[in-house]
Amino acid sequence: MGFKIMGEEKVTVHISKELYEKAKKYVEESEGEFKSVDEFVEFVLKEVLSEEVEEKVFTKEEEEKIKERLRALGYI
Amino acid sequence: MVSKPHGGKLVNRVVTGRRREYLLKEAKELRKVSVSESLAADVSNIAHGVYSPLEGFMVYNDYYHVLYDMRLANDIPWTIPIVLDVSREEISGLKEGDDIAIVFKNTMLAIMEIEDIYKWDKKEFCKKVFKTVDVRHPGVAKTMRRKELLIGGSIYLLNDVPEPFERYRLWPIETRVLFEAKRWRTIAGFQTRNVPHRGHEYVQKAALTFVDGLFVNPLVGWKKPRDYKDEVIVRAYEALIENYYPKDSVVFSVLRMEMRYAGPREAILHAIVRKNFGCTHFIVGRDHAGVGNFYGPYEAWDIFNEFPDLGIIPMFIREAFYCMKCGGFVNEKICPHEEEYRVKVSGTKLRKMILSKEKPPEYMMRPEVVEVILNFENPFVE
Repeated sequence: MGFKIMGEEKVTVHISKELYEKAKKYVEESEGEFKSVDEFVEFVLKEVLSEEVEEKVFTKEEEEKIKERLRALGYI
Repeated sequence: MVSKPHGGKLVNRVVTGRRREYLLKEAKELRKVSVSESLAADVSNIAHGVYSPLEGFMVYNDYYHVLYDMRLANDIPWTIPIVLDVSREEISGLKEGDDIAIVFKNTMLAIMEIEDIYKWDKKEFCKKVFKTVDVRHPGVAKTMRRKELLIGGSIYLLNDVPEPFERYRLWPIETRVLFEAKRWRTIAGFQTRNVPHRGHEYVQKAALTFVDGLFVNPLVGWKKPRDYKDEVIVRAYEALIENYYPKDSVVFSVLRMEMRYAGPREAILHAIVRKNFGCTHFIVGRDHAGVGNFYGPYEAWDIFNEFPDLGIIPMFIREAFYCMKCGGFVNEKICPHEEEYRVKVSGTKLRKMILSKEKPPEYMMRPEVVEVILNFENPFVE
């Protein structure tokens, strides 16, 4: 179920209590770097997803052209 | 997943289509600067993103920081300046803001915007990069013969330098597509300037055990006398991979780039380049990019500690030898036996045998590789 905070739509995600407690401890010891567990979790997820979702260095068209050459050379 | 390009973005300075036609016409009116084969290779490498994030030859600010801090001015790791040397006569009358045409033999390679013209202290360069000014070091000797000024600026590639091994030339954008097509998430890059002996094979297969694929990427281009010729290396690897590597486990491609013999600093440069090709790991063996006794056997390992932000994982693999008691190829970390049981694969010994047309034993080199090498009248650079 979504809801809005400061105009931005948010959703509820469930995590284990154990993980929540660890995150809460981290936030408390973060010396103000994170104000809440919500903020900390959002930060970590953003970091992980930015590593996983790589900006493609080639377009679909370029990819097909390159694959053609790779096939001709026997790499694929 | 494949590594992000160094600096975050794969550089592309290749001009195509109508813009290329226009610039080719423009280039005819520009002052021409003729470059060596090594520099021509650098031009192509810059343009195709091999040297990402570099977009041209280094300006003074980057040159200085790389020399003294081993980082670009924006703090991105980089260990060897990529520079274009010219004589005063070649650029007389030219100033910052002017364009030049870079030419190799009869090929118009690129247009360069001169952003900086500066002097360099070649001895200081050698001291920092090669850790010596001894002219017996091939990199030092080559540097001292270079011209007195450096010019820095972005380039626009109009034509690639011709590649004798075109069939094996892949650019970073191509290897990235290839690794993705193969569904490889982890790729170990292997740099070499030699034909493969059993020690090399061991190191490569040790790495391959832990990653999805191996990228064997020998350097072709300028090398010192008595190193193996490019064609010998290519044919030797063809024989090795065909006969001894699991199908589809290896991508073999050549990298046209001069060998600098700069040991530790060059190990980092080699790692960065393979990161740009998409490798997630880089194999660093004994005396990487070394020559003679200029560097310690594992000196090129230590330098990686200075770059926790390099973005490619070094795989430090010790030199392999044959242990008669273990009954196979091992390294000193995993073999408990005394020296009397250890048979080392010596590059020098191999060279002597090959020069005298003697077949090295199988524990040193695969027979199919030996056959390829011995078919060459003279397999060594003169």
